[in-house]
Amino acid sequence: MAGGAASGGSATSDAYAPARGWLLMPAWLVLGIVVVAPVFLMLIYSFLTKEFRGGVIWEFSLEAYDQFFFDRGLFGDEPPTIQWAYIQIFWRSIWQATLATVLALLIGFPTAYFIATRPVQQRTVWVFLITIPYWVNLLIRTVSMRFILRDQGPLNDFLQWIGVIAEPLTIINTNIGVQLGLFYSYLPFMVLPLYAAIERYNFALSEAAADLYAPRRKILTRVVLPAVKPGVIAGCILVFVPSLGSFLAPDLLGGARNFMIGSLIDEQFRGSAGNWPFGAAAAMILLTLVLMVLMVLARQQARLEKGAG
Amino acid sequence: MTDERPIAIDIRQVIKRFGDFTALKEVSLGIRDNEFFTLLGPSGCGKTTLLRMIAGFEDVTAGAIYLYDQEIARLPPNKRPINTVFQNYALFPTMTVLENVGFGLEMQGKPRSEANRRAGEMLELVQLTQFAHRKPSQLSGGQQQRVALARALAPQPRGLLLDEPLSALDMKLRKSMQIELKHIQRETGITFIFVTHDQEEALTMSDRIAVMSAGEVQQLGSARDIYEHPRNMFVADFIGDTNLVEVSVDRIGGGHATCNLGGGYMLSCEAVEGVGTGSRVHLSVRPERLFLSTERTGPEALRGRVVENIFIGTDITTILDLEAGQRFRVRASNSDRGNQRVFEPGQDVFVNMERGAARLLID
Amino acid sequence: MRTGAARFDFPGFKVMTFLCLFILYAPLVIVMIYSFNDSRSITTWGGFSLRWYVDVFTGPDSAKFKSAAFNSFSIALIAATVATAIATSAALAMVRGGRFKLRTATFGVINLPILVPEIVTAVAILIFFNTIGFTRGYMTILVAHIAFCIPFAYLPISARMQGIEGVYEQAAMDLYADRKQAFRRVLLPMMMPGIFSGFLLAFIISLDDFIITNFVKGAGVETLPTAIFGSVKQGIRPNIMAISTMLLAFSTVIVTLSWLVSRIDRTK
Repeated sequence: MAGGAASGGSATSDAYAPARGWLLMPAWLVLGIVVVAPVFLMLIYSFLTKEFRGGVIWEFSLEAYDQFFFDRGLFGDEPPTIQWAYIQIFWRSIWQATLATVLALLIGFPTAYFIATRPVQQRTVWVFLITIPYWVNLLIRTVSMRFILRDQGPLNDFLQWIGVIAEPLTIINTNIGVQLGLFYSYLPFMVLPLYAAIERYNFALSEAAADLYAPRRKILTRVVLPAVKPGVIAGCILVFVPSLGSFLAPDLLGGARNFMIGSLIDEQFRGSAGNWPFGAAAAMILLTLVLMVLMVLARQQARLEKGAG
Repeated sequence: MTDERPIAIDIRQVIKRFGDFTALKEVSLGIRDNEFFTLLGPSGCGKTTLLRMIAGFEDVTAGAIYLYDQEIARLPPNKRPINTVFQNYALFPTMTVLENVGFGLEMQGKPRSEANRRAGEMLELVQLTQFAHRKPSQLSGGQQQRVALARALAPQPRGLLLDEPLSALDMKLRKSMQIELKHIQRETGITFIFVTHDQEEALTMSDRIAVMSAGEVQQLGSARDIYEHPRNMFVADFIGDTNLVEVSVDRIGGGHATCNLGGGYMLSCEAVEGVGTGSRVHLSVRPERLFLSTERTGPEALRGRVVENIFIGTDITTILDLEAGQRFRVRASNSDRGNQRVFEPGQDVFVNMERGAARLLID
Repeated sequence: MRTGAARFDFPGFKVMTFLCLFILYAPLVIVMIYSFNDSRSITTWGGFSLRWYVDVFTGPDSAKFKSAAFNSFSIALIAATVATAIATSAALAMVRGGRFKLRTATFGVINLPILVPEIVTAVAILIFFNTIGFTRGYMTILVAHIAFCIPFAYLPISARMQGIEGVYEQAAMDLYADRKQAFRRVLLPMMMPGIFSGFLLAFIISLDDFIITNFVKGAGVETLPTAIFGSVKQGIRPNIMAISTMLLAFSTVIVTLSWLVSRIDRTK
């Protein structure tokens, strides 16, 4: 990489200032119209009345949120009680995403550390090996996972052949299948930021700790981990956030009983029985959740970086 | 040096502010035609800002810059017939050496064949002809430096600006490039404005030097002038090594000032405009203009005791405490074997001064 | 520099790294192997054969795959090209445009499609097209792809531009180039590696996209991922493994290419 980005560069960093508006216009137009405005539109939709064949009627209604949180009985005239079904789906999504994140961290950290301690020329090759699966179509990867984890799939064949199990394990259409799928989908997202952080880590600190009688385990927990914490946080966000809203893994590996938010939203828009305002409300709640996670972690990250520098 | 060459670049009451910060406080300088002119000062003194304003990379807040009789302060850099050698060379990495050197001519609208021919000539001047078709990254630091020089000279600018061009080179290469630069300046006859924080480099190369500090020109003069007759504390301290002594001026008369060092010691030196009787000011005495002896050699000799001798190859520096209370450094050349130059620590000696060695400073 | 690093290896980490790579590659390799299976069943190995590759091009589903492949590649090509142009222009303003009031907001908007869960973006875009009464089809997919490809093109382009000191353009201007010439002759060539990898990134992201495409595509218009998804819903058939293997190989070639370009650049 070209070094010294800050020096000298600052002086002409405003070279294109006069044309700024024109240069940003295309990005603003496309993203503004196709992404930003639609998110607001989605917010509005979540307060509209549903049309039965999909779409909305432009009349204000709180029905979508009401349906999400409360149960008013079969005819809608009993006093409201909390409706747990949808909250449970959200809760399950958070739980699944958390487990996938933890699993990815457990495998990802040693991998990132190992790569970061290789000689410089080897490192890029290792990183490249981790990157390739990330670039392979997510759908194909999930399908592969489904193929492997089937009852009669290669994994069960292998386990039976070596005699670990007598009967095939059922993994597809269980929570475990979804967790494995999410973990597999986003594992490279964990390794890359961790690697970036560990690569920047000053290994003289480890030497100093060893010099001061710290055993290996303590070097890891007391010196290395605190120093690379921003990388750990970044990796966790990059696995957790897409896992939370994931659609393919729960759909292809989880089946109907292991619904996650993604499937719930998908169901409202595709197919004719959809409830658009309800889907928009669920998407809004997911978006709010994600933004909250991002904000909390961004604040923590900022604090960490301030403390470090 | 008396010099009646015309002014090439005239900086008239130029002020530069960045927000609340004033980088240059009304600087006026006249740089003469065909001169090797140096802006010398510590980092943050405003020398690079001034250079960048001449080049056109910074706006002037107030004032004017004339190139011969044309006002250029408001022209963009590509409309000024002045070229720059950048600190880290800024050679275009995607172009060959020859393309780099020919770039300016091509941009001036010269046909490519002429640009190439002239670029070839420039490479000859800096002795890099065999590297014409390499990329800059395939050259050493010293070679890149010469390419940068050739590139800036190729369009035959009316002034060449050099922004600490030697700072990235190692000591040996630097010394030989100093001589080569000076040589090329003589050969091409182009006005050079050279920016450096290295006073030795400035003294070696320049016809005239402007010493800058805190956004102001502290002193303007030839290398000798500035070294021998520093105007103020800053210049005396920044250029070379010196002993600074606080004195009170007892009497002024006949162009001479009598200064009281305390402890009954008196020194006379040339009177300076701006320093009156009774003022407490500083006196600068260069250590190489002092010599030690066991016997008193004159009425103004100072008594002191040797603390330490420091051997630095060509010279020996002796540190001693004066009876008057100050600590002095005295430097003697290592080759003067005829006289006794080394005195043991603890020995009492006299410190003697060459005529005119002490210089009164404006604070 | 880092001679001491080896002494800070932790014993199990090497095994974990190989486990990690095994996990990442095993499913892909197994699908690749089974795509060459002669058997009609996906559970038993019936010997090596290319019949499923032939089937992709000539079998009963070949017409569907052909039009899906055409849609996927044409959309990826157009979307990546447009997104790269938009991202380059935006990067100029963001990296070389000085400080301005809406800078942080603009940065957020550019990166929004990366930050927000894809399904949320998908819902929003679907609602948008529905509201303005756009018929869903090829065009809606294309517009959506251009939008969400922008941040992926922007990242390497802006990173590259940040790595290029402003002094090069100054040097060009000092040598009588005007702003346009300084851009075209100096900044643009120096940025080419970044623009190239930005384009490839956007291309692959577009080619891979399933969720947003699935929301905004009209009836009858399929891309490769939506066509594969539709088939998989009825069970994984060997021809799906063949087409997956081809896509997989294609992505790997593109990524390797981009990697090699970045390496060539680094040796400069």
